[in-house]
Amino acid sequence: MTENKEPKALFLSNAPHISTPDSVTKIMWLVVASLVPAAVFSIYTFGVRALILLLVSTVSAMAAEALFQLVMGKKITVKDGSAAITGLLIGMNVPPAAPVWMLVIGSFFGIIIVKQLFGGLGFNIFNPALAARAFMMASWPVHMTTGWHSFSGNIIGKGITNTSGLPQQAFDAVSQATPLGALKEGPKLLADMNIGAGQLHDLLFSPAMFKSLAIGNVGGVIGETSAVCLLAGGIFLLARRIITWHIPVSYIATVGILAFAYYALTGHASPCSAMVFHLLSGGLMLGAFFMATDMVTSPVSAKGMIVFGAGCGIITFVIRMWGGYPEGVSYSILLMNATVPLIDRFTKPAVFGK
Amino acid sequence: MFSGFKGGIHPPENKHISEDKPFSNLPVPQTCYIPLQQHIGAPARAVVQAGDMVTEGQLIGEAGGFVSANIHSPVPGKVSEIKEILTVNNKQLAVVIEAEGAFPTSAQPKQTDDWKTLSAEEILKRIRDAGIVGLGGAAFPTAVKLSPPPEKKIDTVIINGSECEPYLTVDDMLMQSFPGEILEGTQIIMKVLGVNRAIIGIENNKSKAIASLKKTLSRETGSRIEVRSLKTKYPQGAEKQLIFSLLKREVPSGALPMEVGVVVQNVGTIFAIREAVLYSKPLFERYITVSGSMINKPGNYKVRFGTKISDIVEECGGLKGEPAKIIIGGPMCGLSVHSMDIPVVKGTSGILFLSEDEVRTGDYSQCIRCGRCVAACPINLLPCDLGNAVGKNRYDLVEGLNPLDCIMCGSCSYSCPSKRPLSHFIKLAQAWVRKQKK
Repeated sequence: MTENKEPKALFLSNAPHISTPDSVTKIMWLVVASLVPAAVFSIYTFGVRALILLLVSTVSAMAAEALFQLVMGKKITVKDGSAAITGLLIGMNVPPAAPVWMLVIGSFFGIIIVKQLFGGLGFNIFNPALAARAFMMASWPVHMTTGWHSFSGNIIGKGITNTSGLPQQAFDAVSQATPLGALKEGPKLLADMNIGAGQLHDLLFSPAMFKSLAIGNVGGVIGETSAVCLLAGGIFLLARRIITWHIPVSYIATVGILAFAYYALTGHASPCSAMVFHLLSGGLMLGAFFMATDMVTSPVSAKGMIVFGAGCGIITFVIRMWGGYPEGVSYSILLMNATVPLIDRFTKPAVFGK
Repeated sequence: MFSGFKGGIHPPENKHISEDKPFSNLPVPQTCYIPLQQHIGAPARAVVQAGDMVTEGQLIGEAGGFVSANIHSPVPGKVSEIKEILTVNNKQLAVVIEAEGAFPTSAQPKQTDDWKTLSAEEILKRIRDAGIVGLGGAAFPTAVKLSPPPEKKIDTVIINGSECEPYLTVDDMLMQSFPGEILEGTQIIMKVLGVNRAIIGIENNKSKAIASLKKTLSRETGSRIEVRSLKTKYPQGAEKQLIFSLLKREVPSGALPMEVGVVVQNVGTIFAIREAVLYSKPLFERYITVSGSMINKPGNYKVRFGTKISDIVEECGGLKGEPAKIIIGGPMCGLSVHSMDIPVVKGTSGILFLSEDEVRTGDYSQCIRCGRCVAACPINLLPCDLGNAVGKNRYDLVEGLNPLDCIMCGSCSYSCPSKRPLSHFIKLAQAWVRKQKK
């Protein structure tokens, strides 16, 4: 019969015998691709300097991973793209005037201390890019919190003008900060000039400001300024099913609800405008779509992801309103990273039939 | 549409390869290899000896217990030997028959009885005598499944026509080609179980099958049998998921469908039941799908049990090259085999010859906790945690993760971007837990 036609080598394994076309490498490089609109926009607004910083941080992170794996005699996995994401995000998380050497050190810290020493991809507890940002904040606070571009109009075209009737001197002082910085530091600054916070709110919670925030015509770290570009990347990730809606939606919705509730309860004339300002400003879009969704450092179940996102939202808002920093996204995600094992334990889905 | 059970996956269906190929008969093989265990339960006892002459459909193995099934000769001929051969379930004792002589019953069988005049006991006896087992793949003796203990009230029969496994099209073709027979078989088991309601659940990618069954429903059968379209999502055909999709009843963990008043039968089994009851025809042949990119003439074929894979390859125009995997059953739940000497048995729903591009091979990497397996699991387990525990030899952690509730659908392994063999890990965890319980 046909015995002699027996194939030479057949693979044997338990079922299933087919597998999703997605792989870790594909997922990671698609995340890199999704960050491209925001990165390109930042180069357009902040110039070649932004390009240099992004390149330096990305290359440093990949080099750090390769070097560490080489020295430790491990398999070199830089091609999987996870180090590239970390590096790119570190670059997107510093002010445009940041020194190049700081990014090199930050990237090495993120990859070697936060990721590889914990066991590499899949085993790190904290998001390496955010831990690197926190490390740089603690080590070089001046480099991390100065050198913003003014939102009054020198980035791309016409920015915010002084329509709210602030004295020019006060307006100039306020507009040197990031919008969230102005919200936090502004009232004190204006109080010294005997001006109330109301006018500051009129300036910040205005349609002109929303437009600038959406486009990215404001000061901020390299990657966070353009809400529209970040949203486009986030929608791409959702459409490609790289991430699910749970974390970004619960995160952004929590910040929105808290902002609305806070301003409504404190008697603000237009809590809706205040809410829009909080949603569009700072690193919320960058954090909610690209950093809180880091698979390794977020819960595995849908319920857990919603709890995680809500926790990020609460901490972000608390830091923004009452904390020592104008911005709370990175610390909120880092703090929530630490709670992931707990969240996973308490959100274990109920087994079918039990 | 009610989307049904939670989780699940959408693997490429690849049914186009064989879905338009009408049934054809594969020639009877010269030598048949008939294992004595083709079902769940005790093996059958051989009642023939080397040198005996047998006729087509003659009993050659007698059920070895209550949960067991008779085995019949698929061909007339001479028993040459009874020996151990390689089967889908390791090595098994098998009766080897050299075909010779005439095929008395292979012409269209005559209807012997009107089943409506038969008692439920008589119908059940014919099903048991014919050696009918579940043809969806699990091969559980049908007569046992149709004899629930009296305290379990059955109110609904579900006919499983979902055929959610990629590549397989045999149930689809059965429903398209024999809608009347399937409705009749459905009524037969409704009579056995004494129920007035049956639902035939079919995934909505099989519109021709749905249409052909709906068209065939008469006023009388239409009031008792419902043909329902289901969302195309793997594993829609898994018993507990199918029951949930159709009736929203949740079969308790560790229990059988009869716990919620349901008996599920596959359409192929229904077809065989009807032939057994009407013609007293034993189960010695079945319809299978032969598919995959490496076979020259894929299609849906009627095959006698005991036909070796190599015989089928020859009849289906040979292979296009070296397949990477040969799979008995579907690509999600089937078994990969390393020999083409393995014969087709009752539980063989298909044979796939897949190229290296179609199958998962190669290494896996560490878990990145993406949660895709958690989202895919229809039972709500945490496959990633189970896999990590087994990977680290931390078997002490697995029991709290409920590995015994796993239905081995493979959705977790399919969805894993790190290509971790999660259902394989869960199988190891199950074995460990079962050993602890002993």
